Amino acid sequence: MEINWFTVVAQLLNFLLLVWLMKRFLYQPVLAAIEAREQKIKAQLNDASMQKTEAQAEREQYQQKNADFDQRKQTLLATAHAEAQAERQQLLDEARQDADTLRTKQATAHQQMQEKMHDDLTHQTRQTVLSLTKKALTDLASAGLEAQALAVFIGRIEHLQGTEKQGFIDAFQAGAKRVQVRSAFALSAEQQAELAAALTALIGTEAACTFTTAPELISGITLSANGYQLAWSVPNYLAELESSLAAATPPREPAGESESEPELRHHASN
Amino acid sequence: MNLSPDEVVFWRYGFVTINLTLVTTWGIMLLMVGGSFLITRKLKTGLLISRWQCALEIVVQGINTQIAEAGLPRPEKYIGFIGTLFLFIAIANVGIVLPWYQPPTGSLSTTAALAVAVFLAVPFFGIGKTGVLAYLKTYLQPTFIMLPFNLISDATRTLALAVRLFGNIMSGGMIVGILLSISPLFFPIIMNVLGLLTGLVQAYIFSVLATVYIAAAVAKPAPPEPLPVSN
Repeated sequence: MEINWFTVVAQLLNFLLLVWLMKRFLYQPVLAAIEAREQKIKAQLNDASMQKTEAQAEREQYQQKNADFDQRKQTLLATAHAEAQAERQQLLDEARQDADTLRTKQATAHQQMQEKMHDDLTHQTRQTVLSLTKKALTDLASAGLEAQALAVFIGRIEHLQGTEKQGFIDAFQAGAKRVQVRSAFALSAEQQAELAAALTALIGTEAACTFTTAPELISGITLSANGYQLAWSVPNYLAELESSLAAATPPREPAGESESEPELRHHASN
Repeated sequence: MNLSPDEVVFWRYGFVTINLTLVTTWGIMLLMVGGSFLITRKLKTGLLISRWQCALEIVVQGINTQIAEAGLPRPEKYIGFIGTLFLFIAIANVGIVLPWYQPPTGSLSTTAALAVAVFLAVPFFGIGKTGVLAYLKTYLQPTFIMLPFNLISDATRTLALAVRLFGNIMSGGMIVGILLSISPLFFPIIMNVLGLLTGLVQAYIFSVLATVYIAAAVAKPAPPEPLPVSN
């Protein structure tokens, strides 16, 4: 229970030494380490926060960019679509126009060909009919037919009226008062007298008749007085037929309808 | 049976005496400084630290927190003194679990030395903080009549510090010694456990009281708060 003063002093010095040593070896290093670590953590947190902010900003920028890009893409797509549509429309129009032109051209060509074929056919038909008629009449031509023809001719002379009759009389009067009679076959004396009598009845005076034979008439009789001619002969008929055929088959109207095509084709194939 | 380790003398030369108290203290000092040195030699400032460093940091931070809570706003200035006080007393007291160990705190010389250290530290920190005159003025607070009472207070609280620690630790050792002679089997163990608790509590009380004394010395009288200006 007593105090040893040397021990007290020694312990006091011991304690002060211990304080210094502990400060030196424990508190200062540990506190410094804690401080350093806290600073480091603070720095890292700051860094992380900054990075987060940056990342956020970048993200927003990226999103903005993305949105812009999308919008631009949409606009471009729409423009391209519209252009393609317009191009398509134009191409279609052109194609339609070309098709129309071609069709018109084809129709015209078709019509021309049709007309030509028609004309050819008409001409050929006419020629055939005429030649057939001529041949038939040539075959039929004979003295007997000539007598019939003469009878008809005389009947016509007797029934001659108006300007025809007057013209013939005028020509006869103006000329040498002679009548040139041409026939395909030689007329008998009776026939010649009959014709002369009919002529006399027509003109009113005796007419001097010259009878000649013209085989090219095939059948029929021609009266010529000073260039004026009265005729009833096969060539005349044929010429009349031809002219009436030509009048009866006028050039056809342009046929653009497609319904006429099979018929035409049918004609063409025959 | 010795009441105090002072009585175990190893070497004596006139006034100079090397007794068990001093030897044990040196051992504890060696342990504390050596351990601190070994651990703080490889301190890391990264996020991954060793377990020893972590334990040490917990201890240091805990002491810091306690000092701050006791009223000293910048504890790192005082942790050298107060922390060492606490760690030394605690380690010296906890050592009673070792056989044939006599705590140096069970010597009135040691506790007196620690109390004198606190007695000296109070004006040291107070003058360091506020200056000599301002510190001396605190003895005249609130009036000069209080001067003798303040002086008595200083003296008695130092005495109380020394005797409180000495009495508690010595009594713990005494009780264990007495019980060993009566019932040597269970009671000494229980009393030792109780001694551990008492020792840590005493270490805490001693250092907290020291902190409070220092805080009272360094605390400037608070200026009157300005009245809030109403708009």
